[in-house]
Amino acid sequence: MLKQLEELKLKVLRELEEVSEIKELESWRVRYLGKKSELTRILRSLATLPLEQRKTIGALANEVRADLESSLKQKRQTLREAQVVIQTKEEQFDTTLPGRPLPIGHLHPITQTLYEICDIFISMGFQVVEGPEVEWDYYNFESLNIPKEHPARDTMSTLWVDSKAESDERCMLLRTHTTSMQLRVMEKTPPPLRVIIPGKVYRYEASDATHTPMFHQIDGLVVDKGITMADLKGTLYEVVRRFFGEDRKVRFRCDYFPFVEPGAEMAIECSVCSGNGCRLCGNSGWIEILGAGMTHPQVLQRAGLDPEVYSGFAFGMGVDRIPMLRYWIDNIRLFYNSDLRFLRQF
Amino acid sequence: MKVSLNWLREYIDINLPLADLADRLTMAGIEVSGMPVTGGNLGNIVVGQIVAINPHPNADRLTLVTIDLGTEQSTVVCGAPNLRLGDKVAFAHVDAQLIDPRSGQVCRLKPAKIRGVTSSGMACSEKELGISDSHEGIMILSEEAPVGTSLADYLGDTVLDLEVTPNRPDCLSVIGIAREIAALTGQSLHLAEISYKASTSPIDSQISVEIVDPDLCPRYCASLVTGIKVAESPQWLQQRLLNCGMRPINNIVDVTNYVMLEYGQPLHAFDYHRIRGKKIVVRRATAGEVIVSLDWVKRTLDENMLVIADEERAVAIAGVMGGANSEVTESATTLLLESANFNPASIHRTGSLLRLPSEACMRFERGIRPELTIPALKRATHLILQLAGGKAAKGLADVYPGKRDSEPILLSTEMVERVLGVEFGFDQIVSVLSSLGFDCKPSASVSEVRVTAPYWRSDIQQAVDLVEEVARIIGYDKIPATMLSQQLPRQNPDPIINLKRQVRYSLIGYGFDEIVTYSLTSSDMLNKLLTEPRPLEPVPLRMANPMTAEQEYLRTNLRANLLDALASNRRHEDGNIRLFELGKVYLPRPNDLPSEPEVLCGVLSGSRLERSWQGGYDSFDFYEAKGVVEGLLSQVDVEASFEKGGDESLHPVKQATIIVDGNRVGVVGELHPKVSPAFDISETVYLFEIDLSSLLPFTIGHKMFQPILRFPTIVRDIALIVDTGVTHQQVSNIISSFPLVKQVSIFDAYVGEPIPPGKKSLAYRITFQSPTHTMTDDEVSKVQQKTLSKLSSELGAMPRS
Ligand SMILES: [Zn+2]
Repeated sequence: MLKQLEELKLKVLRELEEVSEIKELESWRVRYLGKKSELTRILRSLATLPLEQRKTIGALANEVRADLESSLKQKRQTLREAQVVIQTKEEQFDTTLPGRPLPIGHLHPITQTLYEICDIFISMGFQVVEGPEVEWDYYNFESLNIPKEHPARDTMSTLWVDSKAESDERCMLLRTHTTSMQLRVMEKTPPPLRVIIPGKVYRYEASDATHTPMFHQIDGLVVDKGITMADLKGTLYEVVRRFFGEDRKVRFRCDYFPFVEPGAEMAIECSVCSGNGCRLCGNSGWIEILGAGMTHPQVLQRAGLDPEVYSGFAFGMGVDRIPMLRYWIDNIRLFYNSDLRFLRQF
Repeated sequence: MKVSLNWLREYIDINLPLADLADRLTMAGIEVSGMPVTGGNLGNIVVGQIVAINPHPNADRLTLVTIDLGTEQSTVVCGAPNLRLGDKVAFAHVDAQLIDPRSGQVCRLKPAKIRGVTSSGMACSEKELGISDSHEGIMILSEEAPVGTSLADYLGDTVLDLEVTPNRPDCLSVIGIAREIAALTGQSLHLAEISYKASTSPIDSQISVEIVDPDLCPRYCASLVTGIKVAESPQWLQQRLLNCGMRPINNIVDVTNYVMLEYGQPLHAFDYHRIRGKKIVVRRATAGEVIVSLDWVKRTLDENMLVIADEERAVAIAGVMGGANSEVTESATTLLLESANFNPASIHRTGSLLRLPSEACMRFERGIRPELTIPALKRATHLILQLAGGKAAKGLADVYPGKRDSEPILLSTEMVERVLGVEFGFDQIVSVLSSLGFDCKPSASVSEVRVTAPYWRSDIQQAVDLVEEVARIIGYDKIPATMLSQQLPRQNPDPIINLKRQVRYSLIGYGFDEIVTYSLTSSDMLNKLLTEPRPLEPVPLRMANPMTAEQEYLRTNLRANLLDALASNRRHEDGNIRLFELGKVYLPRPNDLPSEPEVLCGVLSGSRLERSWQGGYDSFDFYEAKGVVEGLLSQVDVEASFEKGGDESLHPVKQATIIVDGNRVGVVGELHPKVSPAFDISETVYLFEIDLSSLLPFTIGHKMFQPILRFPTIVRDIALIVDTGVTHQQVSNIISSFPLVKQVSIFDAYVGEPIPPGKKSLAYRITFQSPTHTMTDDEVSKVQQKTLSKLSSELGAMPRS
């Protein structure tokens, strides 16, 4: 019987040697290690043998079984490796074929810019507020120290709404700047206030490469006790640093807007000519990006705030110019023509 | 505003380089946008004097002119008719840059042989020098022109192009800018008292002035000059006006313009003999009163416009334009020179209503002060006496009903620090303000000063205005940059802002490109959406002053612009197009601003995917658009139902209204085939529209966690045959009504053989799961059986064998 076992082992292992496919391994296993295999039969018959024989044959049979199992395992491993070698070596595969196309959409470059700027301000504790685009003369002009016949109105040619109600003395217009929200915000929310107001604005202006009758602005307003012009400067410098980069030179100069005093204008160094002067910057080397200043005491008073107690700063910037400067876009009308050949670039 | 540097130098010493000066002015609020040099092309041209004129040996119409150039003499051939011995002329050497009078092109002068005589150089006309269009003869320079000097030095100048802000009318003048430079550089102004010899005949006996409407005219002053001679102005005056962008006319008009540029006070000259009744009346016009202005246009006035009248009629539109009936012509011998002050708003209104913006208007409407009238009038009278001769009447007419004193303003060092965030010393503040001409007096407190603004600073009203003066003269770059240190304000962001952002990012993830279109549109564009002509509903808001018919109305929907954008892109894009816009529409409300809901609209056309080597190139359909809507809604946690829609612009059958909690929030469907041709669209287009403002409240609900069940699910498929009128929604509602049904999904819908006509086959996969135990097959079969019998009894559904 011992001899029989030895022969069985040799024969079976020889057969295993000849197996060349992984899937044949299973039938080999069933045949020689399965429930109906010779080895199993021998192991089962052990019980009928005398104790002495049982011990030696039993031990040998288990040894043979372990041998076969480990050989099987080894063989499986060898075959797998061989298969992997074949799979990874011989097959031709063109990885340069394009992937399955997924539809890719694009946010409008103005939306991207608005979100980018808003996020910088949000991180500095500002809240985003939006407001009506069709507005009363009062909020767009009067409340901002721009009464009728004020020369500042001439710099913001206005589109007036034909409002039919004659009983209503109030004039309706398309807001010429997002500054129109300033008094609304102050009327609604008591200080402390830190808001930015993004949105569309309108001007009576024929469109050309640098003008469109509709464009975008972001206004900002901070009102609290102890707000200073140094805070205004610091806030704006920080925003410019984060948006335009660490090394961009900034100019902060006196300017006039009826609703702030003192008033200021901020410019950044022209990126095209690095400040040497070119067509883009009108030879000045500077690109004006925003107007700003300390909220005028009369504006605070109109909102019911005591200028002896509260102070504030405000700023307003054109948004469309920013992607124009960043991507060297030479025609503002491209933003509003809905041409996918343009929009899909962003 | 253009200011000549030579002119400025008459009032102030400028010791710093021009670029630095420009920088200082710009930083202080007066932006220098350019510094063109006039006479920059006058190289190789010098002042010469004609010393001999001889006939040309070979040509009758030409002469040989000998010109003294100081160090040498040059004889050239000349054809000009206006040669006179002793005249000073502009002599161009070979290589000078001149303008060819015929072509207008710049060319370099070359030596030439004209009819046998060599000519190396020439005497130039104004046109050849690029000074004016005159080419009738050579340019004759003034007698004082020094022979041999380069013309660039003699005529050349630097012009500062200044952007003066509307609050600074005082800076619309040479003296005003000189004052700024004085304060910025610490120099002092050279401003001499003006006096001239007057005749003994007092002005009051020759003209009377009455101001009927003092609210519109705070002050009216005039001088009278008799025996003048109207003529061309001298070279220097003409050149200065030209350099500042004004055309010389005659010595009288030129002086009024010159003094306006110099002092900032507009002036007007009347021919005294044409003023009837020797009387000036300043009054409102009568409604419909007509005057022919200097430009010979008939102007009809209203009763809020101010006129200067004589005893009988209006002779000028006050501050805006003179009348033709009192114009100073060449024959005038006596001048009435007006220097007055008018109400800024009134001048602005009149100027814009009559569409007559002018340099004078611009100064009046920004609010110059009545105190300016007299110095400017004296200067102008003095200049006229110099240039046009004559005698000035004794004294000036001066009616001044609007006189008021400047109120002193208290300014403290604390105030300066409170606004600017940086401390400046008391002495420094006082010194800055004094340099600007402010009167500074001590007050009760040591840190406080009583400041009175000089009359020309009409913009100074309160203490913050003084703070700005201090800051801008010391320099905004001396203000530190600090970060806000206050407590963070409480935040209450409007949830629509976040919803819009979420929707935008979802849509680009679905492959949509965002567009932004004009809110203003045309009635034509809005009408394209109608299948039959009828009035628009809602009626869009109209502009009172539309720029063009294309931008006359505020949009009431986004679709028109989207469809238009789709059509225009289709001309160059043959792949798939998915577009969306998220923006406001404007819906009128009675007696109020319109409502401005935020609307999302999307359109799809073409294939679902780009053509790929792996195939899969199928077209968009209704369910693609619906899928986008469902995807969006599920991302914002809103459950919607889709009901039969009635949107006129959409396909009558292939459209659904999106309903959330009983509210209509949008539509999805195929564009009506009757509508697409209006937009020049020939393909099938799918469209969805969601009113985000209406949707918003349903996105804010409180969400509850659902525990993950640990018992296994069992899946069963059923196939049903139902009438074609039965909807998926009905079937799915019945199946889901059984509590152990975890999920229902449809995986097949089929009409046609072998299904009998009038019927359709629907196949569902139902997932069962119990929250309490592992379900057995028997249990599931029982529920399935109950489901089938309910489907049969309520919808007549038969299991498909
Ligand atoms: Zn540049």
